[in-house]
Amino acid sequence: MRKTLTTLAAGAALALVLTACGGGNDSGSSGADGESTGSDAGSGSATIKVAYQKTDAFTQLDDLLQKCVGEFEAANDGVTVQLEPIAAQETEYFTKLALMHGSAATAPDVIYEDTFQVRSDAAAGYLAPMDDYLADWDGWDQFSDAAKQAGAGDDGSTYGVSMGTDTRGIYFNKQIFEQAGLPADWQPESWDDILDAARTIKEKVPDVIPFNLYSSKSQGEAASMQGFEMLLYGTGDELYDYDTQKWNVGAPGFVEALTFIQTAQQDGLLPGLEDALDTNLPNRISGELFPQGKVAIIVDGSWVPGGWMSDGSNSWPEWQEVAGMAKMPTSTGQEPGAVSMSGGWLFSIGSQSKNPELAFDLIAGCLSQENSLKYDTENSQIAVRDDVASDPVYLDYNPSFEFFSSLVPVTHFRPATPDYSQISSQIQVAAESVLTGQASPEAAAKAYDDAVTALVGADKTQNAG
Amino acid sequence: MTSLATAGERVAPAPGSPRGRRAREVRLGLVRSVPLLPSLALLALFLLGPIVYAIYGSLTNRTLTGPNAANPSFVGFDNYARLFASSDFWTSVVLTVVFLVASAIIGQNVLGLLLAVLMKNGTPTLSRTIAALVVVAWVLPEIVAAFALYAFFASEGTLNLMLDAIGLTGPAWLIAFPMLAVILANVWRGTAFSMMVYSAALSEVPPEINEAAEIDGASAAQRFFRITLPMIRRSISTNLMLTTLQTLGVFTLIWVMTGGGPGFKSATLPILAYQQAFNFAQIGYGTAIAVITLLIGAIFAMVYIKVLKPEVD
Repeated sequence: MRKTLTTLAAGAALALVLTACGGGNDSGSSGADGESTGSDAGSGSATIKVAYQKTDAFTQLDDLLQKCVGEFEAANDGVTVQLEPIAAQETEYFTKLALMHGSAATAPDVIYEDTFQVRSDAAAGYLAPMDDYLADWDGWDQFSDAAKQAGAGDDGSTYGVSMGTDTRGIYFNKQIFEQAGLPADWQPESWDDILDAARTIKEKVPDVIPFNLYSSKSQGEAASMQGFEMLLYGTGDELYDYDTQKWNVGAPGFVEALTFIQTAQQDGLLPGLEDALDTNLPNRISGELFPQGKVAIIVDGSWVPGGWMSDGSNSWPEWQEVAGMAKMPTSTGQEPGAVSMSGGWLFSIGSQSKNPELAFDLIAGCLSQENSLKYDTENSQIAVRDDVASDPVYLDYNPSFEFFSSLVPVTHFRPATPDYSQISSQIQVAAESVLTGQASPEAAAKAYDDAVTALVGADKTQNAG
Repeated sequence: MTSLATAGERVAPAPGSPRGRRAREVRLGLVRSVPLLPSLALLALFLLGPIVYAIYGSLTNRTLTGPNAANPSFVGFDNYARLFASSDFWTSVVLTVVFLVASAIIGQNVLGLLLAVLMKNGTPTLSRTIAALVVVAWVLPEIVAAFALYAFFASEGTLNLMLDAIGLTGPAWLIAFPMLAVILANVWRGTAFSMMVYSAALSEVPPEINEAAEIDGASAAQRFFRITLPMIRRSISTNLMLTTLQTLGVFTLIWVMTGGGPGFKSATLPILAYQQAFNFAQIGYGTAIAVITLLIGAIFAMVYIKVLKPEVD
């Protein structure tokens, strides 16, 4: 009894900690945070805490921070930067961040933040507006309007500085294609072309997984964006209507996209369920399964070659010869013929930071021309600073840049609303229920519609059917 | 708590006694309960407090991010209404009950008792060896046990390799039979506890009673069901309660092995609560699931106390 009650109490206590997040905002940093600053009080020194993601497959940001933090500390006497890498996949990373914001003692000063979380976290009061600092920063003029917009909150203030953006497309293994008798310059014109190629591979090269499209909630946002949304936005339907500011329900494209997943699954073209439901699948696909020729066609992001070009565990020097790239087609080849999704990550300042100016200085230093160039090349980002995008070093660095930049005209952005991150979870639930055969595409779409209506209210949805 | 209650009882059955004496007894009872106050205060602070707060949290629309994280509002029983209307929730309730009954009540208890009986009748060396082997599963930290079991049930795991060796092809257990896998895992992990409780209880049963029954012609089964079981029923009650409540709280094991999937096929209530609260950011909704879990635990506990009446001999 006692053990369970303690467990429950611990759960409840967690809820209590979470609840504290909201309440603490108005008072900002009170005396309760003595623990984190206790050591700073002595000589007028300050500590800047940086929360960011680091995994075995993603070390480029850690490299960047090691460099720019050294520069920052050398330039600011007495300031210590405390790096707090969070070794977690995306979903767990956001959970950890939200929990860190719960108390002033753990709240980070500088945050590595996904663009789709910015509005949500700004609305939650976790982030500090940066407008005043940006106005005095000459580097800000170098950022494209789209990049500036990526960090905007619902109130119009800017809550993040973009580190780079990305697009998504298809990678295919040319060696497997050759064995299957498929062309090395393959470019599918419709979803059926993808399915046909995958079926050919299944028949001719039976040991290989023909096709991967992330479709499980264990892969979090990857399943929403690299997976389902790459399909949905190619049907002509969208998640959200900017004109009416309402969420679409009952969209036929939603069912079409789920039906594509169902067909691919039923024809045995996707990884086995054990792999398909694996949290680590994104890392395994880009770092292991695709380079080793165990999967033939993948839908993934433009940053993937960054890992192949690094010296890290995902190093794959032969990638230029083996990996082909193709645009993701629209469902039946309708205009504009191809589709892509764009996101990207930002640096934000925590609302509970006691040294927001120093935090901003660190961000500005880490995203200077030189450091942005380092990060955008090494992590295979589409540069958002004009002086990086036009730099010959950047242009010559990675042969995949040209292809992925060419997707910018057909790319889409996720709905920029605070509700998106919660609705995204429901997309993953819908995709997984179809993938695992627990629901028909129609039933899964209906469950999604109901969940969205419950989340945002019936007055913020519209029937797109 | 109990001594407060007994003090009260002692006062009550004295009809006709002088009033002064009764008042004195009440005063004495109060004075005697003073040493309990610190523990009561601690319980209220660390146990009751969070529970009350969780109940309050489940009545709000708090989220982990977004506007409702900053300014949650009181929504009454909306979360519960949504829960009761959700098919995933009812599936989860059924899964939780199946998990409880199969892995705790039947698996751990029956197997634990069986092992304890066999060990009592086996040679000391044999029983010590078996005890050591069973306890290993109990000694392993939950996360280690969970990874070990994942490696056992995975599609290219130990179990399927063993099946392979004898010419059989095993299914992907965690995908095809996720509940079976986590139930077996929990039985494996928890049986040692029941075994130890029952070993201790069996050694307390006086051998004379069994011998007397044997002389009277009672069969082994009769002696077990008519004498041994009734004599250890207090241990049974305690053990049932402990294992049930412990199993109700099992999270790591399932989370590591199946993540509640595929879909929601092995999402017991703690898994569902975690997913809703932390993966889907619905803190209020997730807390409502936690409160329901608490209620289910309370119901089981009350049933055990009532049915097995551990305090009355």
